Amino acid sequence: MTTQGEKTMPRTEYVIEPGKMDITTTTVIDAPRELVFKAYTDPKLFARWWGPRRYRADIEKFESRPGGEWSVAHVGEDGSRHAFRGVNHDVVAPERICQTFEYLGVPGHVALQTATFEPLGDKTRITGQIVFQSVMDRDGMVASGMQSGADESMERLGELLDEMKSGK
Amino acid sequence: MTSDPLSVTFAALADPTRRAILARLAEGQASVTELAKPFDLSLPGISKHLKVLQRAGLITQSRNAQWRPCRLEGGRLKEASDWVGEYRRFWDESFQRLDAVLQDLIQEEKIRHDDAGRKDDAQD
Repeated sequence: MTTQGEKTMPRTEYVIEPGKMDITTTTVIDAPRELVFKAYTDPKLFARWWGPRRYRADIEKFESRPGGEWSVAHVGEDGSRHAFRGVNHDVVAPERICQTFEYLGVPGHVALQTATFEPLGDKTRITGQIVFQSVMDRDGMVASGMQSGADESMERLGELLDEMKSGK
Repeated sequence: MTSDPLSVTFAALADPTRRAILARLAEGQASVTELAKPFDLSLPGISKHLKVLQRAGLITQSRNAQWRPCRLEGGRLKEASDWVGEYRRFWDESFQRLDAVLQDLIQEEKIRHDDAGRKDDAQD
């Protein structure tokens, strides 16, 4: 197991099974779930955390209510723009958000994603599930942002095998 | 099912015996007999798994030496781990940032709470 160095770093578990259409992530975060829910539904807060650091989140629409639309773009320093949009199906404070998700770089491939927040004392377990329309959609989505890192394959072999195991 | 290289790799990785074989080969090359030893498998049984791994480009088997050792091929595995890695990077980084935002909010709340407390103290 690799350590991230900082002790408060949330550790996320991923289940990405071969040949399946979904991805599940589980994270325990050191904050009460009312706050976590707020960080997911308040556009100003959402813009501060969603996506890699190298992008600025540009929020066009963020209607955190059932039937509300959301539209967010990641803008790179070079001006590159990756836009995402969807519609909220359920927004149940402070426990669940269920919405559609579409990457406009590959329009027409709509996924359904649900974030569930469970209290664990002062902490919160966040479970994210995203279900794509096909295995190819899922695999394409994961690969779309691919920029091969310099990581050594052997270092990551252990991690990959662990993931595949937890996916069994 | 698609037959693109990544799908073939993942199908090969989907079996626990084959993952154990890869884990063993990560330590160094080994003969078919050596690989069969930890499992309750016949030589034809293990050969079948090795063939799947070979077809997926995850291992190669030397034709030169008489004991024909198998060895791990890092390239295809790297491709597979990069694929998973990109999604992980997105969310690992997002959750780290979320954590920072939440810690800020908790701090702000504490300060507000402390200020209120101090006002109460002043009134005593």
